[in-house]
Amino acid sequence: MRNTLATELLFDLSQPGRRAACYPDSDVPERPIDELIPAAHRLQGEGPELPELTEPDVIRHYLNLSTLNMSVDTHFYPLGSCTMKYNPKRHERLARLPGLVDLHPYQRTCDQQGMLRLLHDMQEMLAEIAGLPAVSLQPAAGAQGELASLLVASAWFRSRQESRTRVIFPSSAHGTNPASAAIAGFECVQLNNSPGGLVDLDELTGQLDERTAVFMITNPNTLGLFETQIEAIAERVHDAGGLVYIDGANMNAIMGVTRPGDFGGDMMHYNVHKTFTGPHGAGGPGAGPIAVREDLAEFLPGPIVTRTTDDLGQPQFELDTPARSIGRVRSHFGNVGILLRGYCYLRTLGRDGVRQAARHAVLNANYLKTLLADVLPVPYGEHCMHEFVASASDLKQQRGITAMDIAKRLLDFGFHAPTIYFPLVVPEAMMIEPTETESKATLDAFAATLHEIAGEDPEFLRQAPHATPVSRPDDVRAARQPVLSWSPDDDVDA
Amino acid sequence: MAYLFNTPDDIRTMLETIGVESIEEFFAQIPDHLQLDRPLDLPVGMSEPELETHLRELAAASHGTSSRVCLMGGGVYDHFIPAAVDEIASRGEFYTAYTPYQAEASQGSLQAFFEFQSLICQLTGMDVSNASLYEGGTAVSEAVFMAMRATKRHDRVVVLGSLHPEYQQILETYLGGLGCQLDVIATPEGAADVQVVRDSLDSETSCLVIQQPNVFGALEELESLCQAAHDVGALAIASFDPISLGLLKSPAVCGADIAVAEGQSLGIPAQYGGPFLGILACRHKHVRQMPGRLIGQTVDQHGRRCFVLNLQAREQHIRREKATSNICTNQGLLALRATVYLALLGRQGLRDVSELCCRKAHYAAERLGELPGLELMFSRPFFKEFTLRYHGDATELIDRAATAGFDLGPALGRFPRLRESLGEAADQALLVAVTEQRTRQEIDRLVESLAATPATSDTPQTLGKPA
Repeated sequence: MRNTLATELLFDLSQPGRRAACYPDSDVPERPIDELIPAAHRLQGEGPELPELTEPDVIRHYLNLSTLNMSVDTHFYPLGSCTMKYNPKRHERLARLPGLVDLHPYQRTCDQQGMLRLLHDMQEMLAEIAGLPAVSLQPAAGAQGELASLLVASAWFRSRQESRTRVIFPSSAHGTNPASAAIAGFECVQLNNSPGGLVDLDELTGQLDERTAVFMITNPNTLGLFETQIEAIAERVHDAGGLVYIDGANMNAIMGVTRPGDFGGDMMHYNVHKTFTGPHGAGGPGAGPIAVREDLAEFLPGPIVTRTTDDLGQPQFELDTPARSIGRVRSHFGNVGILLRGYCYLRTLGRDGVRQAARHAVLNANYLKTLLADVLPVPYGEHCMHEFVASASDLKQQRGITAMDIAKRLLDFGFHAPTIYFPLVVPEAMMIEPTETESKATLDAFAATLHEIAGEDPEFLRQAPHATPVSRPDDVRAARQPVLSWSPDDDVDA
Repeated sequence: MAYLFNTPDDIRTMLETIGVESIEEFFAQIPDHLQLDRPLDLPVGMSEPELETHLRELAAASHGTSSRVCLMGGGVYDHFIPAAVDEIASRGEFYTAYTPYQAEASQGSLQAFFEFQSLICQLTGMDVSNASLYEGGTAVSEAVFMAMRATKRHDRVVVLGSLHPEYQQILETYLGGLGCQLDVIATPEGAADVQVVRDSLDSETSCLVIQQPNVFGALEELESLCQAAHDVGALAIASFDPISLGLLKSPAVCGADIAVAEGQSLGIPAQYGGPFLGILACRHKHVRQMPGRLIGQTVDQHGRRCFVLNLQAREQHIRREKATSNICTNQGLLALRATVYLALLGRQGLRDVSELCCRKAHYAAERLGELPGLELMFSRPFFKEFTLRYHGDATELIDRAATAGFDLGPALGRFPRLRESLGEAADQALLVAVTEQRTRQEIDRLVESLAATPATSDTPQTLGKPA
């Protein structure tokens, strides 16, 4: 059934003289182009050699390519740490309403009132869920939220004439945590693995001193466990004069149940594309708003939406930059298209639905974990939160089957693979996050498939997947002889 | 409850299988006193019809580019978006997938991004493009970081004052933690004086950042400026307008080492400033300094051509604090939109759009510049956008145009960095951008209505702001 002709590279499909987009002739008085743009600035010759295609060419090409993807709309996608929940279709239609989709960022404030009200109310909802009063919607993704927050921390310390140089994080932290800390100018200190999968309070305490600026912690952590000592952790960090940063990647487990601001967090970011079903867009866009405690608010990146009341008592919304803002982290307001979808989601779920979503996400994860306990045991924790990290190391020792083999073979059965080999503290890690928008029947089928795979011939698994359009790309060749763009004399197919 | 599957029966069976009494038991790992003992203070949930009504009300309280004739610029432009772009970007197989870690399950996205990289290379003349960054402003900052690593000069960065002021602010923020000096060269004539730039570059300078066309819409002497950077061993970073490359010399031909852009013009709606598309392309020798995802072509175990995430050793999930950037999630769906847009335009379509913008912008500039109280602020050549100087407060002119059904701007006075560099003149200045969508009739109507409704202050001698 595959149309392999249509999925040749765009450039191989190109035929000179074809075109899709046609525009009307110029209707203004004709002037020689030399009068408009001096020749020194103009390109010589034909210009960019873009491919030449008809509209049907382009449609058939990309629709056939789309069928080579797995996606949440078409498959169970338990990619741990990414919260691949269902993306409601109402969001897509509403995001395209004129007045929202076509709003220019430099339109007059009086022309933006509906959008500003939406963004203002989004700030308030995120503040409430965080338990932290001040929100900036600027950051474009979680990693940028981390960077912005660390710069806020830096500015706060400077305002107190304190020079603190270190950011501490557990070994299981997302790679973005240290990468963001480095850009913000901090030295990185990584804690060792602790036996229970949680932060070792004594080890942390040993690292805390007058150099400590921020302790970054994902809670629930990347093993899918709630850091039970989080209050004591925060207290120690605060006693040492530092700030506690909550990486909110795993908010789907706790929204409406417990709040970062209530368990000692001073700052946090959200991943709106995960928790509030952005969607994920084949790698983005995301949105990474941040929430901070009151005394950090004046350092937030702007603009932020403020609400006032006009002479007639009507609410008016305006953009404002906090007094001692760290500045901008991106142009314009933020990834509004994603924030808007998150807003629609929160208004749909409302005060009860948010908490219910978290409860069902946790139920689904624990159910799946139980079904898999005999083949893929989970080394850390009794119950998990919204995800769990299973280990294939027994299967590897007994039968030579690796996490990679299982991940690849799952694709043959129509399941996307979990996140594998992260976090490093679990050997042969498989990080599985089912989310709340999957049925018991799907989880049962997924578990049955994993049991079947565990009994298959290891050699057969090493060659998996067998039913996908391609199988086991040669990554070494890709890295040694990088081919990063098409060229006319390319003949890799030969 | 919206989007939940588990019925009471399911829940009972699942809890029995797990061996617990209730969902609360899972949450026992959260100390009791830390659990919220009240409902969240959020509005109650809405059904789909209620939500639709609510969003329509909010949308009706905003006035976007479709409610007036749009001649707004400042890095966001009202170019036509062919229907096929929306159609393809609406495919759930694309927009509900994530980062293509599992190549076998993601060949659709991976090939589309490889095509994106290839198209950007063709557009810019550069050797290699990444698979997208957040937007045009952070792309400048990421390029500066690349240049600092490539030149091993970490103490000084030079930008022209004609860079988009928000991009400059982002760079100030990004460099804030690193103790690097950022020098801004004033451009009072609307574009840089090459000799002034030459004089201010030195052997400590890691890079020179040039926007082409610049924030005033004017063209810089890009080739000479790139040469000036190279003469002191610095890299030249060019921030370009993708649409302009149907008519203007490419960044590569002009000598830039790194080319960055805001890709919004390539089939992406304004949507109040984002999500947009950061483009970054460079010469081959800098490939290992690049930030973000790179898609590579290779073969699978059966020898079939396929595509993978490549050179990941640069990235945060492998290199952590030594990574070339902290970026993880990028702007994949917007890269897909740009890819489809460029595929639909093809070589002739890009030239047509480019030339139409240029011709119509020059017509609008000529007509508007003839009006009493209005003049072109700078005499430099421009492409599709120009700066008008109004003998009064520019925001007042923008209001008059809006009343007549036209959106102009932004007024330059809204940008703190331009108010610092241009002084009071910033309050009189505004940008006007003209895309291929505008017609002669619309431009004539704008001119007529501005001519017919004289300024409320109505006094050409009130230069600058009223006291």
